[in-house]
Amino acid sequence: MGQQRITRAECAHVAALARLELTDEELERFTGQLDELLDHVAEVEALDVGGLAPTMHALPIANVLRPDVVGEVLDRDEVLAGAPLAEDGQFRVPPVLGEAP
Amino acid sequence: MNANTLDVPGLGAPADTEWETVVGLEVHAELATETKLFSASPNQFGGEPNTHIDPVSLGLPGSLPVLNQKAVELAIRVGLALNCRIQPSVFARKNYFYPDMPKDFQISQYDEPINVEGWLELPSGKRIGVERAHLEEDTGKTVHIGGGGRIHEAGYSLVDYNRAGVPLIEIVGRPELRSAEEARQYVAELRAILVAVGASDGKMEEGSLRVDCNVSVRPAGSDQLGTRCEIKNVNSLRSMGRAIEYEANRQIDLLTSGQPVEQQTRHWNEDDGRTHALRSKEEDYDYRYFPEPDLLPLDPSTKWVEEIRQGLPPLPRDRRLRLAEAAPSVDVDHIGLAVERSMDELAMVAIGGGGSPERVMTHIVHNLADGFGELAAEALADLVQMEEAGELTATQAKKVLGALVDGGGSPREAAQALGFEAMNTGELEALVDKLIADHPEEWTRFCEGDAKLTGFFVGQVMKATQGRADGKAVTQLLNARRG
Repeated sequence: MGQQRITRAECAHVAALARLELTDEELERFTGQLDELLDHVAEVEALDVGGLAPTMHALPIANVLRPDVVGEVLDRDEVLAGAPLAEDGQFRVPPVLGEAP
Repeated sequence: MNANTLDVPGLGAPADTEWETVVGLEVHAELATETKLFSASPNQFGGEPNTHIDPVSLGLPGSLPVLNQKAVELAIRVGLALNCRIQPSVFARKNYFYPDMPKDFQISQYDEPINVEGWLELPSGKRIGVERAHLEEDTGKTVHIGGGGRIHEAGYSLVDYNRAGVPLIEIVGRPELRSAEEARQYVAELRAILVAVGASDGKMEEGSLRVDCNVSVRPAGSDQLGTRCEIKNVNSLRSMGRAIEYEANRQIDLLTSGQPVEQQTRHWNEDDGRTHALRSKEEDYDYRYFPEPDLLPLDPSTKWVEEIRQGLPPLPRDRRLRLAEAAPSVDVDHIGLAVERSMDELAMVAIGGGGSPERVMTHIVHNLADGFGELAAEALADLVQMEEAGELTATQAKKVLGALVDGGGSPREAAQALGFEAMNTGELEALVDKLIADHPEEWTRFCEGDAKLTGFFVGQVMKATQGRADGKAVTQLLNARRG
């Protein structure tokens, strides 16, 4: 294995962005695993692809569109029955602090 | 000034420094489609909470987005109207945790947006660069409950996903605006363009047009950009102007007192007339954009783009030029106002139908501020011609206009219904002669040149006719009798 490609702090940062709580032991293990993955990415990156157009998608098709026609909506009561908490026809969630990102 | 403040333009500048405000605007407009961007729920303002929802707008497992053709067409219309290059594009996931998006990401366009490198021309002729205009989905609405409605004391939040997935176009302008007034002109022109091409209803008060303002200041003549703050929550053109002015002054005060401007998102508060930092961010959000694997690339054919280009209606700029040509003696601001109110077509037809351009435009600017309702252009032309023929006074014409706006019809019938039957000249002459005979003393003084007596006679005529006579015609008659 070459140089370390991801630090433990970076791994902790990514985990925090995904709202994952990791133990010290997990953080250690995942940092190592991510590092190995990035080693593999580095191998791909080393290839000379200068003459190739980037692939936008795994499927070789584009422009899949639907007509602008109203379809069925879901039943609100049924949907809200699946939510942990609901009130006044709305989803009730823990207090949202601050602005939307 | 010490070494580490050298690269901050204006930090510690003397009090008499002349400052320049630099503004770049990000405008979000909801596209006027029937359905959402990636699903068939209705795109409709209002409605009972959570009644315009489907598996895609709720991000339910297994649901897959499919792109709305009409939204793409409208985005291309906007791109063409803003002189953008239309290019192949891809959608990306913008990842964040906030309950306004149940998927925990928003589908947007990132490094390959549909429209790039355009510009918008202000009525002054100045061109403002448009960096990009991309497609993305709107978010749901959260309402904070408890703690007196104040966000930081909220007990809990309620979420309505009717708006989640509504198609948006985000138009990112370059920081080339230099004042609150220029920013106002930019948004007014952009809104007029969006409405003209049928892309959006442009209603700021309903939130279908939302503006975020990036504001910075620098000493006049500097070519460096200062640290910017992003101002959110401006709900009208007026509050946007106030917010930009307040924010520029706040930054100037900081810099002249030797304090750097901190890069922040700030909220405009309409009530206290200030901007407030909700919280200080230690680092930018890390959105971890990556290509949306559930959507295929978009590559509109040249043929489709050309068809859309051919179908574009005349843009506000061309409409102003056209109206200015038809009404050359009318003030340019009034021309602009007519186009902004979408009344230029009405004016063109009324002028074409024989109405004098000045009078037509007077009615449009002063008497039709709330819209033209049922008024037909031909009726406006007839009304103006009746005014010019002296059959209606200006005051009567305004009342007739009001009746036409409310109920349509012809001005002649409306005038009759209001009792504004024109007096024929003979009737008026007889009345004037009778008044002269009844008031010999006043008549002598009038003949001797006492101008106040004109008002007396006109007043008497108006009283006798209950306001039906044309004051100007009475004055002319009086002068003719004096010889």
